[in-house]
Amino acid sequence: MDLVAVSSNLLFVSFVSYLVATLFFGGAIKKSKTEKAYHNSKWGTIGLVITIIGFLAHLGYFFTRWAASGHAPLSNMFEFTTAFGMMLVGAFILLYIIYRTPSLGLFALPIAIIIISYATMFPREVTPLIPALQSKWLFIHVITTVIGESILAISAIAGLVFLVKNIDMTKKSKQRFWIEAVMYTLILVLGFVVTSTTFKVMNYEAEFTYIDKNQAPAEITYHVPPLFGMNEYEAMTPDAMTPWIEMPPIVNAQKLSSLVWAVAVGSVLYLLLRLIARKPIAAVFQPLAKKANSQLMDEIGYRSVLIGFPVFTLGALIFAMIWAHEAWSRFWGWDPKEVWALITWLFYAAFLHLRLSRGWEGEKSAWLAVIGFVIIMFNLIAVNLIIAGLHSYA
Amino acid sequence: MSNIKCQCGHENPYGTELCEKCGRPLSEKAKKSDIVDMRYEGSSRRSQTYKSSIVDKIWNFFSSVKIGVSIIVAVLAASAIGTIFPQKFYVPATTDAEYAEYYERLYGVVGKIYYQLGFYDMYNSWWFKVLIVMLATSIIIASIDRVVPLYKSLKKQRTRRHPSFMKRQRIYGEGDVENTEEALAKAEEKLKELRYNVKTENGAILAEKHRFSRWGPYVNHTGLIIFFAGVLLRGIPGFYVDEAMWLREGETRNIVGAPGYVLENRGFILENYTKDEAEEVFGEALDKVGSIVKTYQTDVTLYKEKEGALPGSDDLEKMQDYSIVVNKPLKFNGYNVFQMDYKLNELSTMTFHLVNKSTEKSLGEFTVDLSKPEKEYDLGNGSSVKMIGFYPDYDGVKDGEPYSKSPVPNNPAFIFQMKTPDKPEGERSFVAIRQTLEVEENDYAVKFASAETRNISGLTIRKDKTLYILLLGGLIFMIGVIQGSYWQHRRIWVQKDAEGHILVAAHTNKNWFSLRKDLDKVRESAVLPAYIDRQDPELDKQEQEGDEK
Amino acid sequence: MAKKNKKQIRLISRTVLLLIMAAIIVYAITSKDRVKVLAEGDKAPDFELVDLEGNAHRLSDYKGEGVFLNFWGTWCPPCKKEMPHMEDMYKDFEAKGVHILTVNVGEPKVKVELFRDDLNLSFPMLWDKNKTVMDLYNIKPLPTTFLINPEGKITKIIKQGMSEQQIREYLESIQPK
Repeated sequence: MDLVAVSSNLLFVSFVSYLVATLFFGGAIKKSKTEKAYHNSKWGTIGLVITIIGFLAHLGYFFTRWAASGHAPLSNMFEFTTAFGMMLVGAFILLYIIYRTPSLGLFALPIAIIIISYATMFPREVTPLIPALQSKWLFIHVITTVIGESILAISAIAGLVFLVKNIDMTKKSKQRFWIEAVMYTLILVLGFVVTSTTFKVMNYEAEFTYIDKNQAPAEITYHVPPLFGMNEYEAMTPDAMTPWIEMPPIVNAQKLSSLVWAVAVGSVLYLLLRLIARKPIAAVFQPLAKKANSQLMDEIGYRSVLIGFPVFTLGALIFAMIWAHEAWSRFWGWDPKEVWALITWLFYAAFLHLRLSRGWEGEKSAWLAVIGFVIIMFNLIAVNLIIAGLHSYA
Repeated sequence: MSNIKCQCGHENPYGTELCEKCGRPLSEKAKKSDIVDMRYEGSSRRSQTYKSSIVDKIWNFFSSVKIGVSIIVAVLAASAIGTIFPQKFYVPATTDAEYAEYYERLYGVVGKIYYQLGFYDMYNSWWFKVLIVMLATSIIIASIDRVVPLYKSLKKQRTRRHPSFMKRQRIYGEGDVENTEEALAKAEEKLKELRYNVKTENGAILAEKHRFSRWGPYVNHTGLIIFFAGVLLRGIPGFYVDEAMWLREGETRNIVGAPGYVLENRGFILENYTKDEAEEVFGEALDKVGSIVKTYQTDVTLYKEKEGALPGSDDLEKMQDYSIVVNKPLKFNGYNVFQMDYKLNELSTMTFHLVNKSTEKSLGEFTVDLSKPEKEYDLGNGSSVKMIGFYPDYDGVKDGEPYSKSPVPNNPAFIFQMKTPDKPEGERSFVAIRQTLEVEENDYAVKFASAETRNISGLTIRKDKTLYILLLGGLIFMIGVIQGSYWQHRRIWVQKDAEGHILVAAHTNKNWFSLRKDLDKVRESAVLPAYIDRQDPELDKQEQEGDEK
Repeated sequence: MAKKNKKQIRLISRTVLLLIMAAIIVYAITSKDRVKVLAEGDKAPDFELVDLEGNAHRLSDYKGEGVFLNFWGTWCPPCKKEMPHMEDMYKDFEAKGVHILTVNVGEPKVKVELFRDDLNLSFPMLWDKNKTVMDLYNIKPLPTTFLINPEGKITKIIKQGMSEQQIREYLESIQPK
C-alpha cells in the first residue's frame, strides 16, 4: 500500500472515530443527572479518548500525505477543508480539557464531520504545486490561518449550544426562526454531500460545449444532471438530460445546477426530519444542550475568540502579507480572498469592542459568534467557488 | 466641572463613577446598580467631562466606542461590496468608456450601477480613504481618552475598599468565620502561592494578577497606528517604487524604477511537471488537468553603473548572476525584482535563402537577428543581400511607404537589395511574411527558410522602504493583542469590615471561570464565606458547598 | 489658574491632533503620483550616450548653451514629420549656441541608420540601447521634447509633435543671450 492510500485510510479512521465519539458525548449528557456528574462523566472521558484517537489518525493522514506529495497538504479545497476540520477537532479537544463540557462535543464533532464530508466532495488526488505555492510560507501561512479559524469556529459552536439551550422553541420568534435557519443550512450541506456522492457512485457525467463570457468557445463537464445550461450550450453526451433553461455567460450553470440539486435534496431531507420529529430541528437538539451552563458557554465562546483572534491575525493577515510580498510582489492587493480575511478580522474586532465596551454578552454575543462562523465559511466556500481571484484552487 | 469629593476624602475628577481610591459609588447610577460597572474602573473618561467647544464635540464623537464600531462596520461593508464584481485593476480595460462597457456587458444593469457608483474602484475611492482615516482617528482618540484615566485609577486604588464597592462586585460573599485573623492569614498565603501580588492594610487584602494585560488594547492600537503611518508614507516619492517591465531573452535593459541598474535576460524557462518524475503520486492529477506548470524562471545578470559613470554610458560592472523564480525575487539595494508574467514565442531570428527563381538554386542563406539586423549579409561567391528597409511590425503602406506600427517584431517585413554575379547592380525585393513584392520582374528572390523565437519575461520591480515600519506595526499589534487576550487582570479582595464580618469580592476583565477556580482554591485552604456569581444563576450551588466540607 | 491652563492645553492639543488627521485625509485623497517625475524648472539630469558614429555626447558638454533634446522612434509618425524641420534649422541654431540632440529609444541600430539616410538627417542621433536615458527622463509618449536652457534647467516639456513654427520658437527660447 503506498503512502497516499495509507493517508486516505487514516482519514477514514478519523471520520469514523468522530462519529463514534459523538455518540459517547451524547451518552454523557443522557446518563448524568447533576452538572457535576456531567462534567466528570465516564462517557465523556471515553468520548474524549476516541476523539483524540480520531485526531491522531487525522494528523496521520496529514503527515503521510505530506510525505507522499512532498508539500504540506494545504494546497487545494480538499486539503484545506480537511485541515480545517482537523483543527476544529483539535481546538475542541483543547477546550474540552479546560472546561469538560460534553455538550460542546455533541455539537462540535458533527460540524467537523460535516466539514470533512464536504471536503471529500472536491477532487482528492495529490496535485503538484504551481510556482506561486512553492514556498515555506504555504505551510506557515495556511496552517496558522486554519488554526485561527477553527478556534474562532469553536466560539460559534459554543454560541450555538447557548442559543439552542436558551431560545424558547415553543413560541414563534425571530430567534427561533434564525436558529432553525442555521440548522437548515447545516442540513443543506448534508444535501450537497448526499447528491454529490450519489451521482458519483452512479458515475454520472454530461459534457457540453458553450460560449464563455469572453465569447470564446469552451467545454464543461457536469457531474450532476444539468438543470441549467451554459450560455449557448450544445450537448456532447447524447443521453444527458436537456437543461431547463440556458443561463447568461457570467453564470456558471454547472455550479448552479450542483447548488440547486444540493438545496433540493437538502430541503427534502429537512422536511423528512421535520415530519419525523414533528417539531423544529433546533427543538430536537434542545434537550442535549439543556445541561450546558449558559454562562460557561458564553465564556467558552468569548475565550475562543480571544485565543483565536491573535492566531487568525498572525496567519491570515501578517503571514499572508509577508508571503504575498514574496510571491506576488505586493503585500496587499485587494484580492477577494484577502478582502474577506480582512472582513473576518474586522468583524471579530467589532465583536470584541461590542463585548468589552458595550456589554454585548450572552445571546447577542452568541449570535455574533455564529455570524462570524458564517463569514469564515463564506470566505472558504463562496469566495473560492463564486468570486474568482488569485486564491481559487478548486 | 468641579471635582467630586468622596467620603473617604479623595478628590475625584468630574464624571467619576467610582471613587478612584476606595471604590465608593459616586454617581447616582452607580449607587442604584446591583453590580457596578467596572469598565475603566469607573473612572472619568476625559471626553465625558468637557463638552463646550466644537473641537471637544468632534473629540467626543471619535472617542465613542459606538462610533468606532460603526466605522469598523462601514469599512467592512464597503470592503465586502468591493468584492461583488472584479475591481478596476483586475479588468482588462484602460479608458472610462471601456470600463463602463465591461461592467455593463458582463453584469447588466447591476454592473452599470456598480460602475456608476464608483464601486468598481472601491479601495481607491475618496470616501473609503476617509473611512480609514476616521478609523485611525477613532483608534487614537478613544485610546487616549481611556488609557490615561485607567492608568490613574489603577495606580491610586486602595487596598481597603468600601463595603459598598465590595457588595456591588459580580463575585461577592460575606459571612462570619470563627477565626478571622487566621482566615485572612491563610488567604494571604494561598493567594501568594497562586502568584498574586498581595497587598495588605490592617485586615484587608488586595490580591492582584496580570495587571499588564489591561494595557494590551492600547499597545495593539499603537501597532495599528504605526501600520497606518507606514501605509501613508508610501505616498512620499522615493519611499515606494512599483514598476513593471518586459525583458526579452537576450535583451539588456535599464531597470525601470531602479536608476543605475541594468538587467540582462539570459533566458526564460517555463517548465511543466512530467509524469516521469512522480508518476504514482501526481499521475492522476496530471491525467486530469493535462499539464501543470512547475517553474517560471528568468536567468538574469545584474549590472550596475560604475562609480562616477553617467547614465547611458556603457561603463557597467557586473553585480551578479541570478535565477528569478516565483517566490524568489532578485534582491539588491532595497529593490526586489519579481517573476510576474511571460509571453512565449516572439520572433527573434529569420533565415532566408537567396535563390535563382528559374533554377531554384540557392546562392546561400543568411539569418537576420530581428533585434540586431545587419546592414549587409555577404553570402560569398560575389553574392550579397543588403538591407534597404526594415519594418518590424508591418501594417500596410502609408504615404507610399511601408509602415511599421510598432518596434515589436510581430510581422516583420524587409526591403532587400540582392547583388549577384549575374546582376551586380542589384535587384530590389520587398519581403514580408507570405508576401513578396517586386518593382520589376527579378531573376532572384529571397526565400524564407526558417525562424526562431524567443520568450519575453514580465518582471515587476519593487522597493518599499515602509515595509519595516509595517512589520513593526504588525509586531506591536501582535504583542498587544496577545498581552490583552492571553492574560487576564484578576483581583480578589478579602477584608474584615467594622462589624467583624468577612467580605470577599473578586473581579476580572475576562475569564471568570478561572477566577472562580482561583477563589475556590483559596477557599480550600482558608475558611472564607461562600460567594455568589451574580451573573450566573445557573451556577451549581452543590458544587461550592461540597467543596466547603 | 492652573486649571484654566490645563484646559487650554487640552483644547490646543485636541485641535492639533484633529487638524493633523484632517490634513492626512486631504493628503490621502490627493496624493497619486508616487514616482518623482521630471518637471519644468528641474535641472536636466546629465547623461552620456554615443551617436551612430560612435561619438560620445554628454549633456554637460553643452553647458552654457541651449539643448533641444528630442526623444523619438522610427515607427512614430509625428516623430518622422518633425525631423525634417529640425534638420532645416539645425545648422543655423548650432551657430547661435542651440544644439539639437535626438535620442532614439533603443531600436536596432540599422533601423535608425536607415531612417537617417532616408531623411538625410545630419544632427547627432544618440542611441539609447538600454533605454536608460529614456527612463531617466520618464519618457511615455513619443515624441517628447525637452527644452534645456544654458543654465541646464528644463524650461519646457513637449509631449507631442511640433510644427515648423513651434520648433523655431522653441529653439529661440533657449538661445544663450
